[in-house]
Amino acid sequence: MNKNFYSAESNAEYKELVKKHAPKSPVLKNSILAFLIGGLICFVGEWLAYLYRYLGADEEKSYVLVTVSYIVLASLATGFGFFDKIARYGGAGTLLPVTGFSNAVTSSAIDTRSEGYIAGVGSKIFTVAGPVILYSTIAGTLYGLIYYIYKTVIAL
Amino acid sequence: MRKIISFENNPPSFLSWASVGGYEERRGPLGKKFDFCDDTDRFGMPTWELAEGEMGRLSLNIAMNKISYEPRMIDALLAGDLENQCVASSGGLYSFGIPYIGLYSACSTCTEALLLLSSLISKTEISVGATVTTSHNSAAERQFRTPIEYGGQRTPTAQWTATASGAFILGSGGKVKIKNGIIGKIIDGLSKDASNMGAAMARAAFDTFYTYFSLSDIPPRDFDCVVTGDLGSVGSAIFEELIEREMPASHIKHVDCGNLIYDKKNADIHSGASGCGCSASVLASHFLPMLEEGKIKNILFMSTGALMSPSSVMQGQNILGVAPAIHISSD
Repeated sequence: MNKNFYSAESNAEYKELVKKHAPKSPVLKNSILAFLIGGLICFVGEWLAYLYRYLGADEEKSYVLVTVSYIVLASLATGFGFFDKIARYGGAGTLLPVTGFSNAVTSSAIDTRSEGYIAGVGSKIFTVAGPVILYSTIAGTLYGLIYYIYKTVIAL
Repeated sequence: MRKIISFENNPPSFLSWASVGGYEERRGPLGKKFDFCDDTDRFGMPTWELAEGEMGRLSLNIAMNKISYEPRMIDALLAGDLENQCVASSGGLYSFGIPYIGLYSACSTCTEALLLLSSLISKTEISVGATVTTSHNSAAERQFRTPIEYGGQRTPTAQWTATASGAFILGSGGKVKIKNGIIGKIIDGLSKDASNMGAAMARAAFDTFYTYFSLSDIPPRDFDCVVTGDLGSVGSAIFEELIEREMPASHIKHVDCGNLIYDKKNADIHSGASGCGCSASVLASHFLPMLEEGKIKNILFMSTGALMSPSSVMQGQNILGVAPAIHISSD
């Protein structure tokens, strides 16, 4: 070997080379698709809410029912194996609504089924969704605390 | 001191080989050349991990059947896969009862196994041996990434672990020989990105390539092509530019197994295939038949491995690369 390929200078050169050849994620295309597919999910959700109200639910309950419906639908789509195919295009549009959460839980459950119901499904079902549960609980608690202080102390 | 290990005095040769793949592999450009593909990816097994082992068993079985060999005629079995402790290899291959060495060096395992077996055959009492290398997309996704049905978007640099297996039986008297080889060095790919493993491995591939031709008497132009394991399109571009910069006179054709195996328009493949079954199955289905028929005479076959684990990546360690190489010749 007559050249040192691993000097600090060569390392910097290599990083440049990697940057040059690594294609960037198509952010604009992904954003538009996420907007359209995520928007469609919400649009259909709104109509579902109308339907539930028509069937007798009050306004608050109708939206809870929409959330529950989407959890069930996304879970079924995951089980039948086509959620990931939609999510490939939907990206954030399928991830951000409750559909993404449902998919994360169901896919983990399906995946760990082979290790049994306790050590497999039981202990691994929230491996992907865990951070969402933990930090949304913390955020909810903090918000509740602030709201409580505002209501009882400041607003008096 | 890095050396080229020469087998010239008693070169081991390929007696038989076989490749097995799954659904995406069958749909790819090499699909018809695979000996066996299972569209369910399950190979009749209840779990993905067992399916990976079954793939290895099938590939060795097919390779033995082609030359009517029995397990007792094989002195040593060198095998590896991507599962922890190589359980796919041990579980899938134990029924053969062949003395076994398990190898675990990520996607470089195929060349590593062939290099070690060549040394055994060329220089020890072992006269016939076999190597089996396997990877399974679903088993790898479960171990290294996210649940299989998890819906996420993959970056354009990400690669797709091949559901594939390649088995080779080496001995003496065959037409296609392994003339020499070189052990890979562990090279820092300067990347922490587990979804850009091509970049992490391209540097190791170039290191081996450069060293090999610095030490070898044979110039690069005597080779039909240099075959890398799974650099993918991103890693290949980096590897080719490194060669162009540092060895502009080599004029060598570069082919990457990861770019051959899939139809990139069809599947969610992005930068190409990866996994230790990738280079093994492409060698068995594509390059060895061409060498046997005399369409090509000399290749430098170099499987590339990205050495990382989910923990090492999450702990922010750089991904290291390694690339052993062998000179396969039908002269």
